[in-house]
Amino acid sequence: MRRQLMKGNEAIVKSAILAGCRAFYGYPITPASEITESAAECMPKTGGVFLQAESEVAAINMLYGAASAGVRAMTASSGPGISLMQEGMSYLAGAQLPCVIADITRGGPGLGNIAAEQGDYHQVVKGGGHGNYRTLVLAPDSVQEMADLTALAFELADRYRNPVVVLADGFIGQMMEPVEFPQKATEPRQPDWAVLGTAETRGNLVTSLHLDLNESESHNLALEAKYRLAEQLETRAEEWQTEGAEIVLVGYGIIGRILKAVTAEARAMGLNVGLLRPITLYPFPTAHLQCLTNTARVFVVVEMSNGQMLEDVRLALNGSIPVEFFSRVGGIVPSTEEILNFVRIQAQRYLPAVVPEEERMVNV
Amino acid sequence: MMDEAKRDRGLLRIDTDECKGCGLCVEACPPKVIRLSDRLNHSGYRTAIYAGKGCSGCGICFMACPEPGAITVMRLTNRKSDVSTGLEGATQCAGN
Amino acid sequence: MSSEMVSEYTVVHEKAKSFYESYDRKEELPHQTHFCPGCGHGIVHKMLAQAIDELGIQDKTILVGPIGCSVFTYYYFDVGNVSAAHGRAPAVATAMKRSRPESIVIGYQGDGDLSAIGSAEILHAANRGEHITVIFVNNGIYSMTGGQAAPTTLLGQKSTTTPGGRSAATEGYPLHVSELLATLQAPVYIERVGLGDNKQIAQAKRAIKRAVENQVRGLGFSLVEVLSPCPTIWKMPPVEAQHWVNDVMEKTFPLAVLCDRTKEAVPRPLAAAGPALEDIPHLLGVHEEGLPEGNSAAIKRPAEDLDLRVRVAGFGGQGVLLLGEVLAEAGLDAGLEVSWLPSYGPEIRSGTSNCHVRLAGRPIDSPLVVEPNVLLAMNEPSLRKFYASVHPDGWILYNGETIPEECNRKDVHVLACQFSQVADELGDPRVANMVMLGALLEIAAVLPEASIDAALLRLVKNQRWVQLDERALARGRELYKEAEVSHACRG
Repeated sequence: MRRQLMKGNEAIVKSAILAGCRAFYGYPITPASEITESAAECMPKTGGVFLQAESEVAAINMLYGAASAGVRAMTASSGPGISLMQEGMSYLAGAQLPCVIADITRGGPGLGNIAAEQGDYHQVVKGGGHGNYRTLVLAPDSVQEMADLTALAFELADRYRNPVVVLADGFIGQMMEPVEFPQKATEPRQPDWAVLGTAETRGNLVTSLHLDLNESESHNLALEAKYRLAEQLETRAEEWQTEGAEIVLVGYGIIGRILKAVTAEARAMGLNVGLLRPITLYPFPTAHLQCLTNTARVFVVVEMSNGQMLEDVRLALNGSIPVEFFSRVGGIVPSTEEILNFVRIQAQRYLPAVVPEEERMVNV
Repeated sequence: MMDEAKRDRGLLRIDTDECKGCGLCVEACPPKVIRLSDRLNHSGYRTAIYAGKGCSGCGICFMACPEPGAITVMRLTNRKSDVSTGLEGATQCAGN
Repeated sequence: MSSEMVSEYTVVHEKAKSFYESYDRKEELPHQTHFCPGCGHGIVHKMLAQAIDELGIQDKTILVGPIGCSVFTYYYFDVGNVSAAHGRAPAVATAMKRSRPESIVIGYQGDGDLSAIGSAEILHAANRGEHITVIFVNNGIYSMTGGQAAPTTLLGQKSTTTPGGRSAATEGYPLHVSELLATLQAPVYIERVGLGDNKQIAQAKRAIKRAVENQVRGLGFSLVEVLSPCPTIWKMPPVEAQHWVNDVMEKTFPLAVLCDRTKEAVPRPLAAAGPALEDIPHLLGVHEEGLPEGNSAAIKRPAEDLDLRVRVAGFGGQGVLLLGEVLAEAGLDAGLEVSWLPSYGPEIRSGTSNCHVRLAGRPIDSPLVVEPNVLLAMNEPSLRKFYASVHPDGWILYNGETIPEECNRKDVHVLACQFSQVADELGDPRVANMVMLGALLEIAAVLPEASIDAALLRLVKNQRWVQLDERALARGRELYKEAEVSHACRG
């Protein structure tokens, strides 16, 4: 298959349309604006709807309308805009509407800055809106994955009738890499629950309101059952040189790419280092992590946040193996060198070959 | 023929299960032939009741009533006898 | 054949067909609405249901319900139903109508929903002239939550949040949403009606039908505001509440047709069907026809060893990003793995610009170039910012006559030259980037010229610029060969 050079933010839109997406509602924000711009160009000529909404609040509710009308629909934003969309995402999950939301993160809190950061993990992965719901979250690390995971996001959104977030950082959105696309477009589907304004769908209802408490509990439990199923079936992670790894690095998105360079350099120094890169942040690849505890002495989590995914790693390992954390925040990208230094310090602490057993125990 | 001439132009049917006794129809009715009952219905409302005669069939009470089906309004209409109607129907069918 | 006249009663006003027979979605008393006695919502529901019946659109109608007392529109209306978040019905309706233009999309909102939290959504839906119908029930209060003040609460009117009565000094004046929307150019029909007496009710019914009919005719945005009694929260018997609409509310909110462009409005035709599925990859420009084959056989040295890490930096407008893009595109054409990462956002707007480019024979781990083996510094600030990061034995190409003393490093190669001046001599100072790229290509000596040409053709649309760029590249190559290159590390 031949590849072409493309920005991540553009690849998302093209992949979405190939996957049958025919509605895009957006609002400009750096570093996600190219997605909206690309949708403005591509949607109308492929028979889809594009509209720049008056706010992120309107955009997410337009998504709610499009999804209700049985259309594969998408929006894109970044940190502050995603915060504004959280109420709508709760409604979408509550009404069991599939849609895809791209979050190309920037620095926070508040206005923060527009550099790449990973501080949206909590609001996206844990669900920043109200109520018992989750969003499925996919974290690409390359332009190719921007395309592939966007297509997957639409599949998962339909399968679970739930919003799916593609969580990428400003780097993945802004950078250009070679990417290949499927050469056949997916036929837009028409789900039987949708409200189409036709005789056949007249009795259909889209709502998240369940006033009867028993009915409401059943509804919540049904949502929960979907999430449990997704946890069983949909976790994805990339393992990179983890065979026999004593130090397991954990990072997603652009950090995953940097950690590959760190892994190579650490291995060149004789350290037995591997990388686990979560691709699904929810459901979190807990089992993937647990499988590595046979050989791992320490897990090193690296994030461009104050330790948000770190909590999920610790939950997954449940105290069985020490977890150390390295981060840069405020939009600063950790360099290969500083991560490598941190890894070397952990090697001295945790690897018996470097440090005597009794001393190691004290350090733990 | 004398009986026919005396019949009211309109006729009301009020569903006392649906009626909430707001009294808007009583207020709206131009010939004032609706009143509230003395007895309460199962929901505890004094419901609208038709006086039994004097309805003009104007339908104003219907639109003033907030309940979708509490009031049904009928109007006296003239039509030809069954025999004739049957023939007309047959003609239409043939025409189609 | 003899015919005889008979008189009999036939039904002329009955429950609309587009209401459900019984309201099974309701828990109790499924033959009754959930509205309080005398509530205007029930009346408006009936008018809307009748309009749907009379226009014969039950099978095409999508009703977008609000949050507020009328949240349960889907209990009653036997049409397609969607319930929206508070205030967002116009946004939801917008998307439904745009994706299903053949359907009739009606938004139903109260005054808290529409005029307060949803003020932006209604304003913009109206301003875009969305082909939807909005029924706006104004009772001047938040009823479902127990009687708090709304933007539409009258001056002096008491509510649980204006216990002393609404004061213009603290809460402002009642918001005239319909008048506000009528100042816009797009709406075709906006009317305020009331439920204050029989005459008003008759007019309200006509207006609601018209607002829906406008959509059936494809005319555009229509809104009917209905002044509606809320006996419970107003603490009035139903009949008194009805009179209050007429006697008091109407003084603040006069009944009127506020905008009517239905005569001049041109019906919008339905959009043509989208393109055939098989044409979509072409339309998106992702069809593999015309994409580079990625033949690495043409590369002059073993690709596996190649690891070119380039940092390009300069001022905005110097073609920094394009330089990097041509390099990456050529690399891809030659079958290499490539990445290109720009600085973005205010960095660009503040005048500086830089990008990271990697070309390698293996999959690229990090696209960030922290320690470049080639730095292209298009001005002095960029040189000062990045010179120290260059990998030992790497290269600095500097757009200046000589490297400033304090930026001099003994362990790197330097090619300092006034590339901009060279470009000026070629005909345009803006091709300095390509002159520098030419020099870089000569230094790196990995990319076949055919790949560079192919990259230029893909990225530069104007033929004149392609020719100029090619001359600039050639000149850059010569410059490297001619120049007295500082070989500090070779001693």
